[in-house]
Amino acid sequence: MATNFFAEIQIPSDYQQAKKVEDDILHAAMHFDYPDQDIFAIRLCLEEALTNAIRHGNGMDDNKKVDIRYYVDSKRVEIDIIDQGNGFKLEDVPDPREMDNIDQPNGRGILLMKSYLNVIEYNKKGNGIHMVKYKDKAVE
Amino acid sequence: MIHGPNIEIVRQNDVNVVNLLNEEILDEAIIAEITDSLFAFVVENPAANILLNFSKVKHLSSSALGMLIRLNKHISETKGNLKLCSIAPSLLEIFVITRLNNVFEIYEQQTEALTSF
Repeated sequence: MATNFFAEIQIPSDYQQAKKVEDDILHAAMHFDYPDQDIFAIRLCLEEALTNAIRHGNGMDDNKKVDIRYYVDSKRVEIDIIDQGNGFKLEDVPDPREMDNIDQPNGRGILLMKSYLNVIEYNKKGNGIHMVKYKDKAVE
Repeated sequence: MIHGPNIEIVRQNDVNVVNLLNEEILDEAIIAEITDSLFAFVVENPAANILLNFSKVKHLSSSALGMLIRLNKHISETKGNLKLCSIAPSLLEIFVITRLNNVFEIYEQQTEALTSF
């Protein structure tokens, strides 16, 4: 029985290929019996982070790649996603909950990831995200 | 009744109940298809009462929330009404986190939502 799952993958800016990696990570977490609410959180955050990388980071450019590294064991799911875009500054993203922004259709992905992950960090350039979800541990 | 791959629209008195048929509304392509179908319906049926039923939906993303916001604006512009119902507790949490529970009228049950129009 595997004690952990680890992989480093590079995919093109393609949602279908991203979905395959997403499924592999979710299956790994299910292998370690992560509770349903953790699986829900991991699926949501992977979807948000990969969509951001492909759409906003790489601008759907087929020539640009997304690097994904993940580690899953019985205690945590750790994921790094790096796109080949110019990056962004977290402080430039407006709070979608504010009245001025509440009816804007975009800008809620980061808020959701912050709400469901135990750790979320961006690299200096702003084109890479580091995410950690601990098994059965509430987000503080 | 209108039946497509992602949505089914059933007329109940003066309300158009839109049943979302996908368990996951995450994929950009599916979101685009649902958006196109709903926008086309609103163009053909201006000032319509529309109730989105989420009973089959288990996962949705921020892109799906964006679709709902655009749809809400579009329906409001045609003097119609959009309401939501039967949202699973885990998904309702997403609406609460983003405070979109204050933007949309959300009902626990379809019967309750139908009488609210």
